[in-house]
Amino acid sequence: MPTMKMHLDLLPDFLRGTAFLGTGGGGDPYVGGLILRQKLEEGADITIMDPMELDDDDFVVSVANMGAPTVMVEKIPSAHAMVECLRSIERELGRKATALIAAEAGGINGTLPMVIGAMTGLPVVDGDGMGRAFPELQMCTFGVYGVPASPIVLRDEHGNEVIVRARSNLESEWFARVVCTRMGTKSEIALYAMSGKEAKETGVLYTTTLAMEIGRSIREARETQSDPFAGLQHYFQTSRDKRFCTVLFEGKVVDLLRETTSGWAIGRVIFEGIGTNTGQQLEVRFQNEFLVAQQGERTLGMVPDLICILDQENAEPITTEGLKYGQRVRVVGVSVPPVMRTPEALAVFGPKYFGIADVYTPIEELV
Amino acid sequence: MRIGVDVGGTNTDAVVMDGATVLASIKAPTTADVGAGVVAAIEGVLARSKVAPETITGVMIGTTQFTNAIVERRRLVPVAIVRLALPATKSLNPLIDWPHDLVDTIGRNVYMAEGGYEVDGREISPLDEAEIARIARDIAAKGLESIAVSSVFAPLNSAQEDRAAEIIHAEHPQAQITLSNEIGRVGLIERENAAVMNAALVQLSAKVVGSFREALKKLKIDAPFFISQNDGTLMSAAYVERYPVLTFASGPTNSMRGAAFLSDQENAVVVDIGGTTTDVGVLARGFPRESAVAVDVGGVRTNFRMPDVLAIGLGGGSLVRGDDEVTVGPDSVGFELTEKALVFGGDTLTATDIAVAAGLADIGDRAAVAGLDDAAVARALGKIHAMVEDAIDRMKTSADPVPAILVGGGSILIERDLAGVSTLSVPEHSAVANAIGAAIAQVGGEVDRVFSYEQEGRENAIAQAKDEAQAKAVDAGAEPASIEIIEVEEIPLAYLPGAACRVRVKAVGDLA
Repeated sequence: MPTMKMHLDLLPDFLRGTAFLGTGGGGDPYVGGLILRQKLEEGADITIMDPMELDDDDFVVSVANMGAPTVMVEKIPSAHAMVECLRSIERELGRKATALIAAEAGGINGTLPMVIGAMTGLPVVDGDGMGRAFPELQMCTFGVYGVPASPIVLRDEHGNEVIVRARSNLESEWFARVVCTRMGTKSEIALYAMSGKEAKETGVLYTTTLAMEIGRSIREARETQSDPFAGLQHYFQTSRDKRFCTVLFEGKVVDLLRETTSGWAIGRVIFEGIGTNTGQQLEVRFQNEFLVAQQGERTLGMVPDLICILDQENAEPITTEGLKYGQRVRVVGVSVPPVMRTPEALAVFGPKYFGIADVYTPIEELV
Repeated sequence: MRIGVDVGGTNTDAVVMDGATVLASIKAPTTADVGAGVVAAIEGVLARSKVAPETITGVMIGTTQFTNAIVERRRLVPVAIVRLALPATKSLNPLIDWPHDLVDTIGRNVYMAEGGYEVDGREISPLDEAEIARIARDIAAKGLESIAVSSVFAPLNSAQEDRAAEIIHAEHPQAQITLSNEIGRVGLIERENAAVMNAALVQLSAKVVGSFREALKKLKIDAPFFISQNDGTLMSAAYVERYPVLTFASGPTNSMRGAAFLSDQENAVVVDIGGTTTDVGVLARGFPRESAVAVDVGGVRTNFRMPDVLAIGLGGGSLVRGDDEVTVGPDSVGFELTEKALVFGGDTLTATDIAVAAGLADIGDRAAVAGLDDAAVARALGKIHAMVEDAIDRMKTSADPVPAILVGGGSILIERDLAGVSTLSVPEHSAVANAIGAAIAQVGGEVDRVFSYEQEGRENAIAQAKDEAQAKAVDAGAEPASIEIIEVEEIPLAYLPGAACRVRVKAVGDLA
């Protein structure tokens, strides 16, 4: 994938793809998409950089919004504060950033680094640290493979700034979460400052173009009146990293349980089968993102593999907040690349961390 | 004795109802000044029912005038927008996602000021009262008389918007002010959009509501009158004058509620077949199921409570093409049906012609369709049924067969049982289901707020929300004994401390 430019025509596909990779969470990309569109309409020049073009001694920084999706639709993310976070981390480490990378490909944090790219002129690396959306900031492959999340700069619109330095990435998450809550449960952050070599070796690569291509395959299927799910499967089979993709279940929401436990939206949704799944039931559990899909005793897919719930007709991704009784959906499972399936990666964001009893089994072996 | 009126784009329908009995109904053309059409319809229906104006106890009006004004960009006034949020939200200015022609119509008069709340209730910034006064004077100097005020997390705390309105009023007394907290839900952009659209409609709403008042006065009807809103409940005329935006989806809502009433069913799928489209909605406990996704009105994103309606391109005027692979719609001859359809001497094969050829209806000149091939007619009829069956299936909430109610003039297209439907009813008066829906509307009260379950306890919080919703329904005119809670929804707020949960409760009751 050569280095390319972001432009307005790519935006709708890209946003649909970031919603898909959000696997139910990550925050609705609508607000981030509007900010990005505004920049593009002003003529912003945004470069999406092939990670292989990074020099080993490039200086790459992640910028993101931390907090609750519900807050971000009121207290709109501040692009200005994100730039200030980047400047602070540069001062802190005594180096000028040469590229940006998304911490999270799914949801709103897929789009915001491009906004900062537009404002600073820095290229945005085609890739990210999660390959999807996850709820906590230690869940980046950067950290899994040795890059410290610290120093983390957190900032609000008033110019309040806190720098967290912790001895582990899990502790970084704990302290940053407290600060974020005090800042109004939304902070602009910069973190995971690393070399070009580290970004290439620890990131989940090419997820920016992956998002665009997912969105495009759904759109093209709609435009040609063909089945968007067949389109998605075909796309993943032929994609750069040859992923496995399958429709796990086709059904209708018949029960939805949501509760808040220790600050998370935790719950489960039960689907009653329709079409080929008539007479069967599927349960999907979530903690902000969809975690595991089970049909009776049988597990069909689990984190970190992607479990996406899409509108049955048009394959539009549905978030956990958007789930409602009676919706007709297809539950789609997609494999993740090897970098997200190593023992080190599974220790940080595998099923066990989320309290799922199953031992991780790749989705292609379950179906 | 009540009168229900539906002011549509083409027709103004009126019914007179005595309790649950429809005494008479009428269809009259909608007139440019609205009022004359309303007078004509009510006069006509009173004459038919032989009911004296003095015995009328209430007049309920449904209207699509305000939706149409936004969609057509007509009869809107310029608006000044004041957002209380700085230093937050600078990344997205008001009107950001609006169609350019609509912005050209209402102007780009945007003021950003300090203010707003955090999700935990702290102020982002205190209100800068001197700044608000300066903004108000500037708005007055520009000659703008309608103002929308929004602030971050206004649904959690309206104090800043309320205080800003007081200051603006003191500086610019003739200005009409719309506050976002009185209209929308969480979601700054969508709520602000709704407030701005409302502000653009205030002059039209005064005119329309005024013409309704005049019409009733002319008819010597002294009863209170109400206007129906999105969710099928009623607002007082004075309230609609201030919040016309809340009427946006009242058309489909009234037709569904009317269908529920006419068929005496509370849980059913409603199929409203018109001339161009078929709207399929779901009644749950007598009310339309709401849409969960953001709904665009005239190209502007909103988060209104809108009924979840699936519209397909099938109606009495739908074009029928092909032989073996027959298609019906989505295009329609529309209001030209009486010129273009075969049975009316035209040259276009429409769904109505198929119905006549199949002997389902006796409209126009039957001989004009005598030459159609029986097998082709049967195939077209099969296609029409399959389209309706598919639409019903997409809206159902379970695989079990559901009762369905057929309303609208296009209901003649359906002759036989539909798959997935347990009982199909085509009630009497179904052509004026809209006006009946308006006549039988209830009044409601709603609460949509974030509670801390850790501090207040879940049971307490929900009980408190229910009490508040009931009190709001009583304020709106509901008879306390008739009030029912029809909706409780909890949305836990991810990442928030204290087990924060957004609770939405809706209470409704009959008019006292």
